Amino acid sequence: MSNIPPGLETLDYSFPGQRPAGAFAPVLVGVVGSGNLEVLLEPVSGTRCDIHIETSARGFGAIWEAVARDFHLRHPLAGVRVSVNDMGATPAVVSLRLDQAVSELAP
Amino acid sequence: MTVNISVSYAECSARDRLARLVDEGSFHEWLPPSERVTSPHLAQLGVPSAFDDGVAVGRATLAGRTVFIAAQEGEFMGGGVGEVHGAKLVGLLRRALRDRPNAVLLLAESGGVRLHEANAGLIAVSEVMRALLDVRAAGIPVVMLIGGANGCFGGMGIVARCADWVVMSDMGRLAMSGPEVIEASHGVDEFDARDRALVWRTTGGKHRWLSGDCDVLVEDDVAAFRAAAIAALDASAPVTLERLEAEHALLVTRLQLLPDAVDGDEAMALWARLGVADAARVPDLDVAAVRALRKS
Amino acid sequence: MDRMNWNTKADNRAARLARVAVALGAQRTGKRVATEAIVPLLEAALEPGDRVCLEGNNQKQADFLARSLLQLDPQRVHGLHMVQSVLALPEHLDIFENGIAGRLDFSFSGPQGARLAKLVSAGQIEIGAIHTYLELFARYFVDLTPKIALVAAQAADAQGNLYTGPNTEDTPAIVEATAFSGGIVIAQVNEWVDGKTTTLPRVDIPADWVDFVVVAPRPNFIEPLFTRDPAQISEIQVLMAMMAIKGIYAEYGVQRLNHGIGFDTAAIELLLPTYAESLGLKGKICRHWALNPHPALIPAIEAGWVESVHSFGSELGMEDYIRARSDVFFTGRDGSLRSNRAFCQAAGHYACDLFIGSTLQIDLDGNSSTATLGRISGFGGAPNMGADARGRRHASPTWLKAGHEARANRSGAAGTPRGQKLVVQMVETFREHMQPAFVERLDAWTLQEQAGMELPPIMIYGEDVTHILTEEGIANLLLCRSDVEREQAIRGVAGYTAVGLGRDHRMVENLRDRGVIRRPQDMGIDPREATRNLLAARSMRDLVRASGGLYSPPERFRNW
Repeated sequence: MSNIPPGLETLDYSFPGQRPAGAFAPVLVGVVGSGNLEVLLEPVSGTRCDIHIETSARGFGAIWEAVARDFHLRHPLAGVRVSVNDMGATPAVVSLRLDQAVSELAP
Repeated sequence: MTVNISVSYAECSARDRLARLVDEGSFHEWLPPSERVTSPHLAQLGVPSAFDDGVAVGRATLAGRTVFIAAQEGEFMGGGVGEVHGAKLVGLLRRALRDRPNAVLLLAESGGVRLHEANAGLIAVSEVMRALLDVRAAGIPVVMLIGGANGCFGGMGIVARCADWVVMSDMGRLAMSGPEVIEASHGVDEFDARDRALVWRTTGGKHRWLSGDCDVLVEDDVAAFRAAAIAALDASAPVTLERLEAEHALLVTRLQLLPDAVDGDEAMALWARLGVADAARVPDLDVAAVRALRKS
Repeated sequence: MDRMNWNTKADNRAARLARVAVALGAQRTGKRVATEAIVPLLEAALEPGDRVCLEGNNQKQADFLARSLLQLDPQRVHGLHMVQSVLALPEHLDIFENGIAGRLDFSFSGPQGARLAKLVSAGQIEIGAIHTYLELFARYFVDLTPKIALVAAQAADAQGNLYTGPNTEDTPAIVEATAFSGGIVIAQVNEWVDGKTTTLPRVDIPADWVDFVVVAPRPNFIEPLFTRDPAQISEIQVLMAMMAIKGIYAEYGVQRLNHGIGFDTAAIELLLPTYAESLGLKGKICRHWALNPHPALIPAIEAGWVESVHSFGSELGMEDYIRARSDVFFTGRDGSLRSNRAFCQAAGHYACDLFIGSTLQIDLDGNSSTATLGRISGFGGAPNMGADARGRRHASPTWLKAGHEARANRSGAAGTPRGQKLVVQMVETFREHMQPAFVERLDAWTLQEQAGMELPPIMIYGEDVTHILTEEGIANLLLCRSDVEREQAIRGVAGYTAVGLGRDHRMVENLRDRGVIRRPQDMGIDPREATRNLLAARSMRDLVRASGGLYSPPERFRNW
C-alpha cells in the first residue's frame, strides 16, 4: 500500500435509482469513532443515488465498491445523496449503518 | 430477568442523550450536520471530520421551559474541543445573552482541547470559558451534565467548574489532568492509570460529590439527568466576591485536611477527614447511599 | 545396568530425599521447608536432565517456585526437560536462556509466544511437541511423566495436606502422575495452617502425595482471563449471538455445551435471559455447561437457565457468588469451588454436544488456526472441545441430529449412522486493522516452515467444524457433500474478504436455497434489531447488580 498518497481517501459511486425517496429531512446515523462511521442521507434532485465516502482507512476501494453496490441492490433509492465519514469501520458495520440510515426514511 | 427499563446515559450517543433529555421533539438544531460546518484542520492530518465537528447545539424545551443545549460526542476525537466545535459552543452562549433562555445546558463529554488543532483548540476553550462566565454573570444558569464514559477532562474540566451548577452520575468523571497523563508524568507508583477503581475514586462522581465539586449526584440514567436538569433551571449563581472568597476558604480547608504522607488510599482518607463515616465502603455503595453521606 | 533391581525409582527417590535432609538440616520440619531454603531444597532434590512440571496453569502460577528455579546454579542443575501447561511468566523462558532447562513440552504460551519463537530459532529451546491440555495430562501417565512437580496451592497443614480451592485447575493430574511414579512433589502455598487453631477448609491433595511445602513470600499469581466487560460488546457481536441462538442452539436443542473465551460468546451468554427468553427457549437449551465461571453468565443463572457448570479453573471476583450458588457450581463441603481442568476437558470432549468459539484465520477447507507469524502460541484446551469425539459415544438428540445431517445419503463407512458434535467457529469476517479472517492459505503453513514443525499448527480441523458463523450468516458444513460445496459454503459467509468476493454467486445462491447457507433474514432476524439493548447486562456494574452484589470484579474492571 506504499503508493497510496497520505491523507484521507475519497471515493465516489453513483447508481441509477428506481425507488424515489421523495423529500425528507436529512438523516444522520453513527458516530466517527475508531472502527465506526457516520452516514448522512440527504434528498437531491434527479434519479441517481450518489455515494460520497471520506475514509482514513486507505486502499480498500474494491471493498467499498462492493459494499456500495450491494447496498444499492438492497435499497435502489432515487434522488438521494449518501455521505460517509469513516474511521476504519469493517464492511459489516458500514452495511449496518447504511441500512439503519435508510430505515429512518420510512414513514 | 427483566428487560432494561432505565436508559443508561453513558451508553447513549450525544444526540441520543440530548433527544431523550429534552421534551420530546422539541430540539431545534443550529448548524446541523447537513450544513457541513466542519473542522478546517483535520483533513490535512488524514483524520476524518464529523459533519457537526462533534457537538450538537440548539434550542429546546425542558418541562415546557426554553433552554439552549449542547451535547458533546465523546466518541469523536475523545470529545476534544476544536476550532469549530468551540465556536459552536461560544455562539450558543453568546446567543443566550441575546435571547435569554431559562438556562444553558452543556452535556459535556470531553478530553479537553483537541490537540490536533493546537492553538486553535486552546483559544477555542478559553473563549468558551469567557462566554460561559458572561452568561453566568447575566443571571442565566449554565448547567453542566457530566456522565459520559470518557468523562470531562482538561480545559473542559475547568469550563465545568466555571458553571453555575454541575450534575454528575457516579460513572461520570471530572478532573483537569487525565489519568494517563498523571501516570506518564509522575510514574505508576504515584498513579496507576489502569487501576480503574483508583481513577474513579479520585475523579469520579462519588468523589466529586463528597468533596463538594459537584452539586448533584445521580444514577447513570437519562431520566435522572433530566430530573436534575429541570431542578437546575433556577440554579443561577452569579460569581460574586462573597462566593469567590467562600470558595477559597473551602479550598484552603481542604488543602489542610490531609497530611503530606497518607497511609492507604488517599481518596478514602480525604473522605474520612470530610466526615464521611466508613469511607472504605463508598465505592461499593449505591448513589442514594452516597448522597446521604455528604455534610452540607 | 542392574536387571534384577526393579526399584530404581524408589532408590532414586530415597537418595534425593536423603540429600535434601542433609542440605536443609533444621530448615526443614516435617514437610515444611523454610522460605529462605527454597534454593538449597531445589538443588538437592533435582538432578540434571530431570523432567520437571512447573505449574504454569492457564490462570494460577507457581511463581515463587519459578523465580527460585531461576536462581539455581546451572553447573549443578541443567538440561531440565520442562513439561507444563502454560508458559505465562518471563521466568518460564529465562530458565532456558541460562541453561537450566533445555527441552520443552507444553500446551499454551499466549503472552510468551513471541519470545518463545525467538528462543526456538536461536536454538536455545528444543520443543518436544505442542499439546492440548488434556493430551499433555494424558502423557503425564504415559511418556512424559514428571520426576519433579512444582505446584501452587492456597494453603497447607502440618501433615502436608493441600487446599487448592477454587483454582485447583491442573494440580490433581500433575501430582497424581508424579507421586505415583516415584517422583517428588514440592508445593508453594499462600498460608500455613497449624491444624489446631486453624484448619484447611478441605483437603484437595492428600498429604501422602506431597513431599515438601514452602510458604511463598507473596500469594501466587492468578490472572482473571475470563472476565469480559459487556461495555465492549459490539452490535455485530450481538447479531452473531442472535444467529447462534436461533440458528443453531434452538435448531439442534443444545442442552450441554462449552463456550470458548471471547466477547462473541459473552454476547450469547448475555442474550439468554432476553433474546432467547423471547423465543421461548428457556429449559430447551443451555442447561449444562463445561465452562469457567464467566461473570457474563450471571444473568442467565439468576434467571434460572443454568442447572450445572463444571469449571476448568476459577475466576477472580466470582468466589462469593459461586459459594452462594452451590446448586449450580461444583463446590466442596467447605463451600468453595473445586475446579479440575482435566475432568472439565474430558467433560467438554465427551459430555457436551456443542463447542462454539472464535479464531483468527479460516481457510477454504474450514481448517482454523490462531497461529501468527513470529509467535508460537500453542493450543490450550479449545481443540479438546472443538473436535468431534470420534469413537463410540452415548446418543443425545443434538448429537444424533448433527450426525444425521452429515451422513444422510452417504454409504459405506462414511455413511455408518452415528452422531456428531457441533463444532461452531464464530468469527467476524474482518478483524482489527481490516485483517481478513478468511484466507486461502493459513499463516500456520508458514509458521510450520519457520519453526521446523512436523505439521502446520492447525487448531481445529475443518473435518470437525460443523458450522461457520459470521455477520453474513451461517454455513452448515454438515450438509456439504463435496469439497467444492464446502469451499463455496465458506466463501458464501466470508463477506467482503478476498475469499468472500471470490465466490461463485450462482452456487452460493443454490446453497442458500438448500439451507446450507442461511442469512439472518432466512432465520427471521433483522440485523437492525441487533442492538446492545438486548444484552441482559451492558456494563460490569450491571453484572454486579445482577449478582445481588455477590460478584466483586477485580480493580481493573471497575468504573464506579
